[in-house]
Amino acid sequence: MTESIRQAIAMVPTETGTDTAWIARACRIASSVRRRVLEHTVKHNGGYLSQACSAAEILATLYARVMRLGPSAGPLAPLPFPGVPSACNPCAFTGAAYNGPRAPHLDRFIFSPVHYALVLYSVLIEIGRLAPDALDRFNTDGSTLELIGAEHSPGHEVTAGSLGQAISQAAGIALARRLRGDTGRVWVFMSDGEFEEGQTWEAFAAAAYHRLDGLGVYVDANGQQCDGRMDTVMNIEPLKARLEAFGAEVHEVDGHDPAALAEPAERDRRGKPIVVIARTDPCRGIDLLRRRAPRLHYVRLKSDEERGAFRDALGGGAERETGHGDR
Amino acid sequence: MEIVSRPHGRNLVRWARDRERVVVLSADLTSSCEADEFREAYPDRFFSLGMAEQNMMGFAAGLAREGYFPFVHTFAVFICRRPFDQVAMSIAYSNLPARLIGFLPGVTTPGGATHQAIDDLGLMRILPNMTILECGDATEVESVLDVAQSVNGPVYVRMLRGDVPRLFPSSEPMRLNACRELGDGDDVAIVSSGICTEEAMRAVPALRARGVSVRHLHVSTHKPFDDPAILDAVTTARRGVITLENHTIIGGLGSAVAERMAESGAGARLIRLGLRDTFAHGASRPYLMRKYGLDAVALVGAVEDLIGDRLGIAADAIPAAPPPPLSHAVKVEDL
Repeated sequence: MTESIRQAIAMVPTETGTDTAWIARACRIASSVRRRVLEHTVKHNGGYLSQACSAAEILATLYARVMRLGPSAGPLAPLPFPGVPSACNPCAFTGAAYNGPRAPHLDRFIFSPVHYALVLYSVLIEIGRLAPDALDRFNTDGSTLELIGAEHSPGHEVTAGSLGQAISQAAGIALARRLRGDTGRVWVFMSDGEFEEGQTWEAFAAAAYHRLDGLGVYVDANGQQCDGRMDTVMNIEPLKARLEAFGAEVHEVDGHDPAALAEPAERDRRGKPIVVIARTDPCRGIDLLRRRAPRLHYVRLKSDEERGAFRDALGGGAERETGHGDR
Repeated sequence: MEIVSRPHGRNLVRWARDRERVVVLSADLTSSCEADEFREAYPDRFFSLGMAEQNMMGFAAGLAREGYFPFVHTFAVFICRRPFDQVAMSIAYSNLPARLIGFLPGVTTPGGATHQAIDDLGLMRILPNMTILECGDATEVESVLDVAQSVNGPVYVRMLRGDVPRLFPSSEPMRLNACRELGDGDDVAIVSSGICTEEAMRAVPALRARGVSVRHLHVSTHKPFDDPAILDAVTTARRGVITLENHTIIGGLGSAVAERMAESGAGARLIRLGLRDTFAHGASRPYLMRKYGLDAVALVGAVEDLIGDRLGIAADAIPAAPPPPLSHAVKVEDL
């Protein structure tokens, strides 16, 4: 082997090469997020817990590896609600500041299933973009850490609670960024239930037609929705084949494997929006949840016995991690 | 009376020439909404999004968030009905400067209930942050883009297409939240909008000839709706107020005037002319205006009701609407 070939091989980045520290970090963030959401759920007798179980690695990987974001421009202690946007409210803001400044080379993050807000707030805490005690303000009157996030909530940029709307807005942002010549990408986090909305398919048709390869979508395919297991409510499968038929580049991965989650984002852009279908387990890390299946959408703790069991899970069942943020 | 052919299509090209952040979005009704000239002139700023209005509103929101000014072109029904949630949550909530240009207001199309926007003003009026403009003639079509662009927030424009009469001098463009004073009097106040203003302008001379003192206001801004001229007119009209609109009487101009009157304590009677809580159907514009009471004849009847007397205005005392010009740029049946 000539020296030049040896050098060339050495320069090829590999998933399992030297740069694996981020994977351990993503796993650590994910475990801490699960623990934090579980603690919060036990303390408040309810919460969107299964979403933390399914999405923890996806969001951890997005923030720890995939997205090119500048440092947070949002205050560690979140500001109170500034009022709704209007021509006469100059104080209105979005929570995008927590994802860093806008710049042509930096990525943007659009958070679609905003009932996952508690999970996103927890991720922001674990990566040091929100203060550890920020969740004290979760779902309290006048706080921006609303139960169902909106554009003023930390980490949020659009008002996406009417599901299926964020993907179109993200595609519009991606189109605008292409018109401007930006190199940064637009990453969208979606839930699989949103693929029941017709607008989602309108958006993928348009994104593929306009070759918006700056648009990347991570789907938490946890197979759950409000009424229960998705295949008892409506069928969206085969999701990969459907999306490919719409013109997207689709990768289907283990949604709890950070390396597998990150790999598609490292490939060259090829003229198509990319989708990473992250197959996930809505009870991952908290086995106790499995008893409640198939009603996992919002976990309400009704009895002392249940509260006790989940509190015990905190002590042993859930993966134990450090309580302070991973920065 | 001058009839202007496709005023919007030509004006849009002229107006957008040096406004590089103006982009046009279309949902398969490009020529029908006179956006084809823009598409030919500035292909890089024109985006076809197919028959998918919900997604189009999201694209508009995203572009607006990034500093572009998306001018969404489609029929009014496909802005206000199908993607109402998207207009509300993706655009209006965030107060984004998207310009929603809605064509085929009310009975201007023979396309039937699916194509006739009889409820668009009501739907847009209840949305916070939304500004609402309506064109009544070619001069307003040619000046509405300036008014829309002056607004910091989303704007819905009730637009006219094809052959459009010029009722107001070109030197008097549309102004935001300012009625046009088309005649002064203190027996009856007539407040009209859109294509109904032309009807009222034909009825008013006949009414005056019978000694009725008529104040006539033309409304082109439905929201905000606080021009003091409205309050002045409704409080000085001795016999009452009539609204005349190409829309259902619920939620549109009649409702807006009623709200102003009630809140101000104006004790006058109000007759709201418009579609009386009914859908319309596919037929010609003159036929539908007569059938549903949106025309000059209906207006005369309402004035008689207010003053409690028959005026004896013969049908031929009201000049007929001008026939369509021979050139007839847009055939109304060509949706």
